[in-house]
Amino acid sequence: MEGKERLLVVDKLVTQFFTYGGVVEALDEVSFELFDGEILGLVGESGCGKSVTAASIMQLVHKPGRVISGRIELKGDDLLQKTAREMGSIRGSRISVIFQDPTSSLNPLFRVGYQVAEPYVYHRDMKKKEAVGRAVDILKETGLPDAVKKARNYPHELSGGMRQRAMIAMALTCQPELLIADEPTTNLDVTIERQILDLVKDLQKEFGTSVLWITHDMAVVAQICDRVCVMYAGNVVEKTDVWTLFAEPSHPYTVQLLRAIPSEAQTVDELEEIPGSVPRLINPPTGCRFHPRCSERMDICDQVKPLEMEIKPGHSVACHLFSDRGGD
Amino acid sequence: MSFLAGTRIGGRLRLLKRRLRPVTKELGLTFYVIRKSKLAVFGAVIVGIFIFLALFGGHLAPYDPNDVEIGDRFLSPSSEHPFGTDKMGRDVLSRLMSGAKYSVRAGLVVLAISLPVGVILGGIAGMYGGWIDELIMRITDVFLAFPSLILAMAFSAALGPSLFNAMLALAVVWWPYYTRLIRGQALSVRESNYVEAARSRGASRWYIMVRHILPNCFSPVLVTLTLDMGLIVIATAGLSFLGFGAQPPQAEWGRMVSDGRIYLMRAWWVTVFPGLAIALTVLGFNLLGDGIRDALDPKLRRLTEVKWKAKSASSSSTSS
Repeated sequence: MEGKERLLVVDKLVTQFFTYGGVVEALDEVSFELFDGEILGLVGESGCGKSVTAASIMQLVHKPGRVISGRIELKGDDLLQKTAREMGSIRGSRISVIFQDPTSSLNPLFRVGYQVAEPYVYHRDMKKKEAVGRAVDILKETGLPDAVKKARNYPHELSGGMRQRAMIAMALTCQPELLIADEPTTNLDVTIERQILDLVKDLQKEFGTSVLWITHDMAVVAQICDRVCVMYAGNVVEKTDVWTLFAEPSHPYTVQLLRAIPSEAQTVDELEEIPGSVPRLINPPTGCRFHPRCSERMDICDQVKPLEMEIKPGHSVACHLFSDRGGD
Repeated sequence: MSFLAGTRIGGRLRLLKRRLRPVTKELGLTFYVIRKSKLAVFGAVIVGIFIFLALFGGHLAPYDPNDVEIGDRFLSPSSEHPFGTDKMGRDVLSRLMSGAKYSVRAGLVVLAISLPVGVILGGIAGMYGGWIDELIMRITDVFLAFPSLILAMAFSAALGPSLFNAMLALAVVWWPYYTRLIRGQALSVRESNYVEAARSRGASRWYIMVRHILPNCFSPVLVTLTLDMGLIVIATAGLSFLGFGAQPPQAEWGRMVSDGRIYLMRAWWVTVFPGLAIALTVLGFNLLGDGIRDALDPKLRRLTEVKWKAKSASSSSTSS
């Protein structure tokens, strides 16, 4: 990984939501980096802050949420310093997103081709006709059968897989440097999921785009990601490459997460789960946020927040179990 | 069009027809749903007559609506004067026919002012939210706090009695309803995933408003517009009846009812026919509005589509 350039650096990102019930510390000093041309998986249970991370990068955190501090650098440009207008020209041209639900992410009133072409109209100042022509080319690229005809259809006339292809085409129109995929295959069946994964891999190679892939599905992680960043309750708990993640998971959360994957040999009664659920982040647990659910809990865990330690080159863990090994 | 078959124009036409097929299909279905309801058809017929009268009524009227024949006053309905004559001997039918245009004009002017105001203010309020939304909506609340007809009376009294001022006064009390409608629609569309997706693609607020939010307001606005035409007709007539709107000798329907009411015992036709005209017109717009609402209701639409397909399938099989 050393030789590659760092495309995206997220450093000590803190995002909070100021609700009537109190301040929700959705992201607590999240740091990770994404190298040029790689697919980084962002993994964790629901409510861990994966999507908030994506929204923070896009600067689309909705009220009452706000990015409090930290640094988000895209090729050296600090995105948090950009004005709303500058961000508008970055979104969709340098960073783009594929959403989870392609059905509701397409406006039912407009033809698919035109919607895919939209970014050309406002980022590249193209005329509508030219833009739609280019959109059809990209739709073909995503393997949409009969793209010319489908571009003239309305979203409800396409199947779920086709719509997701259209969403991917839309995200790739301006050849972004960074593609954020927010659980894009969650609503698709496994065969279509496989096709979409292959498609994103191919397109990623072809366009040289880096991908931040948000998911809770370890099978997807294994198939597509180069490196993985495991999140828990607004913290990054483990960062490593995908081989190490499955071979020697180090953080107790990662270990338990991997153990929770059902295998063919198990029956329903034997399914393992992580006891408890993700804590509410209005009053997060003190010390390590995972300690109430952790099987390896020690005395120090509810007192001191563990720092991130690099236990091997390219493999860092935030857990007291490793505090003595890494050193400062 | 068979003579064009095989030529370039014929090919173009076929292509155009094929491209427009989804559009024509949906339009056909819309008309079918409206046609299915007898009441909606009835409403459409009344509205059609009303608009026809507004356009041509003045020319088709058998007499000059303002032609005074004092000797012929209070003639009861006869073959010469089907709806009788009023206190000045003017033909009631002619006045009714030429008076339709005032009601249509009032409806169009009021909607032409209040709808754009409502769209702009409601769109801004829904899109931006925060204090801008608060400000706009509190102002509309102030207007909505008063009974609309009384507020309109106050405005037209202040502006001075004339039909045009009455229209302005109605427009002033009408825009808050549209502002609310559009804001509500904008709020719900704003939260939708496709607006979020558009934002993530870098679309500006303005673009999102024009391309995503306003088109989604179309169907509720269309229904409200139709229903409101009826309400405005009755409101204009009401203002004129009270003396704020049309001034003599304008043959406005409300004014005619008002002029005739003191002679109700002696000459019922002077009051009853304009009153019936107002009632029928309002009824027509309401029935048509209901029909349009049903036609735009996706659930009802799909239900009817099944019948429609069955019907067109059977009719095409019998014809071939």
